[in-house]
Amino acid sequence: MKKIKYLIFILFITIPTKSFSLIEVDITRGNLNPLPIAVSPLSYNQESRSALEKELKIEDLGSEISKVIENNLKKSGLFNPLNNDAFLQKPDIAHLKPRFEDWALIKAQALLTGKVDLQDEKLRVEFRLWDVLAGKEMLALAFTTVPKNWRRVGHIITDKVYERLTGEKGYFDTRIIYVAEEGPKTKRIKKLAIMDQDGFNTKYLTLGKELVLTPRFSPTNQIVTYLSYFRNLPRVYILDIETGIQEVVGDFPGMTFAPRFSPDGKKIIMSFAKDGNSDIYTMDLENRIVERITNHPSIDTSPSYSPDGKYITFNSDRSGYQQIYVMRSDGSKTKRISFGNGLYGTPVWSPRGDLIAFTRLHRGKFYIGVMRTDGKGERLLTENYYQEAPSWSPNGRVLIFYRETKSGDQGEGFSAKLWSIDLTGYNERLVETETDASDPSWSSLLSN
Amino acid sequence: MILSKFYRNTFLVLLLSLVLSACATQKAVKIDSKIQGDVYTGTDSVKYLADGVKDRVFFATNESVLTTASRDTLRKQAAWLRKNSDITVVLEGHCDERGTREYNLALGERRANAAKDYLMTYGIASDRISVISYGKERPVDSGSSPLAWSKNRRSVTVKAN
Repeated sequence: MKKIKYLIFILFITIPTKSFSLIEVDITRGNLNPLPIAVSPLSYNQESRSALEKELKIEDLGSEISKVIENNLKKSGLFNPLNNDAFLQKPDIAHLKPRFEDWALIKAQALLTGKVDLQDEKLRVEFRLWDVLAGKEMLALAFTTVPKNWRRVGHIITDKVYERLTGEKGYFDTRIIYVAEEGPKTKRIKKLAIMDQDGFNTKYLTLGKELVLTPRFSPTNQIVTYLSYFRNLPRVYILDIETGIQEVVGDFPGMTFAPRFSPDGKKIIMSFAKDGNSDIYTMDLENRIVERITNHPSIDTSPSYSPDGKYITFNSDRSGYQQIYVMRSDGSKTKRISFGNGLYGTPVWSPRGDLIAFTRLHRGKFYIGVMRTDGKGERLLTENYYQEAPSWSPNGRVLIFYRETKSGDQGEGFSAKLWSIDLTGYNERLVETETDASDPSWSSLLSN
Repeated sequence: MILSKFYRNTFLVLLLSLVLSACATQKAVKIDSKIQGDVYTGTDSVKYLADGVKDRVFFATNESVLTTASRDTLRKQAAWLRKNSDITVVLEGHCDERGTREYNLALGERRANAAKDYLMTYGIASDRISVISYGKERPVDSGSSPLAWSKNRRSVTVKAN
C-alpha cells in the first residue's frame, strides 16, 4: 500500500538532561488526588511573537498552546492544572531556572515551562518538565513543525509529560472518527466526521446523502473503513482521509458490514450477510483474496482482532442469544467467553492485549464493561439507558463510546453523544461534538 | 376478637385483589389492542400494496419468526405478486433501537429473509425479491416505548419498479 506522509515532519531534539526517578502518577487506580501541576505559559521574544501573530492570527500563541496542554491534563483526571493567576515567576525566567520555592508555595508538584520561536518559517518549541519538590529537571525536549500545527504541539507535549509521569504512552496526539448525526429519528442524516481528540478541528468527510455507519481507523491512521449505503447497497468501504479517495472493499452479493482492520492494517475483517445468515470474512487489501472465517447458521458479527493478530473476538447468537466468543484467526478453536445474564455485544480487543471491552444489555439497561480474554474478571464500568460501541484509546487506558437518550412519543428529547471513561471506571466525561454523534473510533498516536 | 381480625384480613385481601385486577384489566386492554405476545398487531404504520394486501409484517423482540398473522399477510402478498408478474419488490428488514447497531443490521437482514423465504414457498421467484437491512437506522415510530419498538420490528415489502 502506498504510504502517505500524513504527519507534518516533526523533529525531536533531546536536550541533555539527567534523569532521576522522581514524581510518579499511578494510573491503575481511580485517581482521587490528581497531581497539582503548573503549566507556565510558553514564552517567546517580541520578534517571534509578532511574526506568529501575523502568520496565524492568534494573539498569544504561547498561552494558547499552554491551554491545550492544561485542558488535556485536566481531562485525563490524573492532573490538576493550577490557576495561572497564582503564578509568581515570569514564564521566560521560569523556563531558564524556576524558583522552586515560589512554585511550592502554590502547591505545585510539577512545573511545565517552555519557549516558542519562529525560525525559517518553522515553529520551534522547547519545553521542560520540573519536579518542584525535588528541585530537579525531569524532561527537556524541543521540536519544530509548521506553525499551523500548533495545537498538535500542545498534544505532543502533553503526551511526553504523561509518559514521563505515568510511565505509559499518552493518547493526546490522536484523532476520533465518528458519525455526525442530525435531524429527526425517522429521517436521521449521518455523515462521517473526524476531529482531534479534544474536539477541535472537526471535518466532515461525507455529505450526508447516504447512510454511513461504524467508521474504524486503520492502525496506520490515514485510512478508515466503514459501512456506506451508497446507491442503497450496504457495503464496506475504505476511505483515505488525506486524498478523499473512497473504494468499496466488501462488494459481495449481499450486505457487508461491521468492518475493522487487522493489526497490521493489511486486511479488513467484516461480516457478510446473505440469505438470512451473517458470517465473518476477511479481505486482503493488496491481493483482494477473500477468506471465510466462520461458517455457522447463526449471526456472527462485530469481529475484532487481538493486537498480535492471532485471535479474533466476535459476537454470535449461536447459543440462542448474543454472546461473546474468541477463536483463532483461522476460525478454529471457537470458545464462548461471556456467561453473565443478559446479552453481550460489540467486543473490542484492548491494544494492550489483556482485555476485551463490550456492551452488555441486561434488564433494560446498557452497560459498557471489560473482561479478560478468557471471559474472567468481568467489570462493568458504566450503566445507562442506551450506550454501546466502545473504542480504546491507543494506550488502552480510556474507552470512548456513544449514548442515546430515551425519547418521547414524537421523538422529542432524543440525543446521541460521545462519552469517555477510564478503565478504572472513574472520570466519565462527555466528549463535545458540533452535532449529535455516535460510533466513535480512536486513532493510534499520530506521532511516535 | 379473632373473628374480627379474620374479617379485617379478608376484607384487606379482597380490597387488594380488586385493586390488582383493576390494574391488570386496564393494562391488558391497553396492550391487547396493539401488541400480542410482543408482536405489533395494530395498523398504525401499515400501508397497502393493493386492496387488502398489507405491506408489512412484525416481529417479537430479537426474533425473526413469522407469526400466523404475518404468514397470512405474506400469502396475500404472494397472490398479488403472482397476479402482477412484472412487479419486483424489495424487502426492508428493520429492528427496534434496543440493540447494538451491528447485531441489528444482521437481525434486520434475517427478518427480511424470513419474509422472502415465505414468499418463495408461495411461488415467487427469488430474482423478483431483493432484500435490504436497515437495522435500527430507519424507525417508523420515533418513540422510546414498547409500542413504538414493536412497530419498528418489521419487514416491509416495497415495490421496486
